[in-house]
Amino acid sequence: MSKIYVITSGKGGVGKTTTTANLGVGLAMRGKKVVLVDTDTGLRNLDLLLGLENRIMYDLIDVAAGRVNYKKALVRHKKYETLFLLPTSQVKDKTSVNPEQLVKLCEELRKEFDYILIDCPAGIEQGFKTAIAAADTAIVVTMPEISAVRDADKIIGELARAEKEDIKLIVNRIRPQMVESGDMLDMNDINDILSIDCIGQVPDDEMVVTSTNKGEPCITMEHSQAGQAYRNIVGRICGEDIPFMEFPKETFFQRLKRRVFGD
Amino acid sequence: MLDNLMQRIFGKREKSGRIAHDRLKVVLIHDRANISPEVMENLKNDIIQVISNYMEINQQDMDIALENDEDSVALVANIPVNRMKHDAGKK
Repeated sequence: MSKIYVITSGKGGVGKTTTTANLGVGLAMRGKKVVLVDTDTGLRNLDLLLGLENRIMYDLIDVAAGRVNYKKALVRHKKYETLFLLPTSQVKDKTSVNPEQLVKLCEELRKEFDYILIDCPAGIEQGFKTAIAAADTAIVVTMPEISAVRDADKIIGELARAEKEDIKLIVNRIRPQMVESGDMLDMNDINDILSIDCIGQVPDDEMVVTSTNKGEPCITMEHSQAGQAYRNIVGRICGEDIPFMEFPKETFFQRLKRRVFGD
Repeated sequence: MLDNLMQRIFGKREKSGRIAHDRLKVVLIHDRANISPEVMENLKNDIIQVISNYMEINQQDMDIALENDEDSVALVANIPVNRMKHDAGKK
């Protein structure tokens, strides 16, 4: 039974596209047939994160307008052969696709794929409304930061209004040392405020930057902490019961150094 | 300066994570209280229906709104009454 997720956050820069790329690769590593649909028209980046930017022939707009069959627009991943990208246009804008077109497309994709992940644009305007229209459910990405949590709350309200059920939360870019010292919202705070089911706690990790630079999502990197967190999320999506990972504790001298000299 | 340094070393200050949590709780009460005009209209009609069992009200001049206070939200209604019903509340 295939499932359509929209990956959304409200606020920009919290890691929607990074999350979409990692979950897509992670599911494909388990042999699932996955398609990632980029709906961030005009600001496309999912192709870059997957290292597929040079292989795009047609895009979502061509498919929505009926100019080509979706199969012609799909880009197969170089390494993970069950992973496909449906890129969007970099020159058009968010009004180029309407909700009905995306719903129709996703119903076709559903016949062929196990998982359909829709990468949603930031904001709550038309682009957001189009992206969520086709989804069975949503994964809300946020950060332990006051504005990101507020925006996540707003998005959760909008998703509830659109009658999406079983919405999941991923908290990205956690800095364990700041949480430990009480200078960052912790998971209890965030659960208390948003009260939706959390399926991922991803630490801030420099390897996310280096892997993005190379176009290889960090989920493929064995020693990346964020990669491990994403692998756990993929397991949970597949129905496994995986405990949340412990972050390494700061030593006394590290703490002293940080307190005196700052981060 | 020295105070600040000592504070940073020994950490005797209000944790900013806690401050963020408390501020969010308050701001979200207000954010979540913004219900759509359509829902407000339904609420208004339901209230009219219930009150009409007991009294005749002036529906033109009635006013219902959510009002934000600093850390709470109230549903405030101003409903002019024309007259009580004689069989008020009897079912």
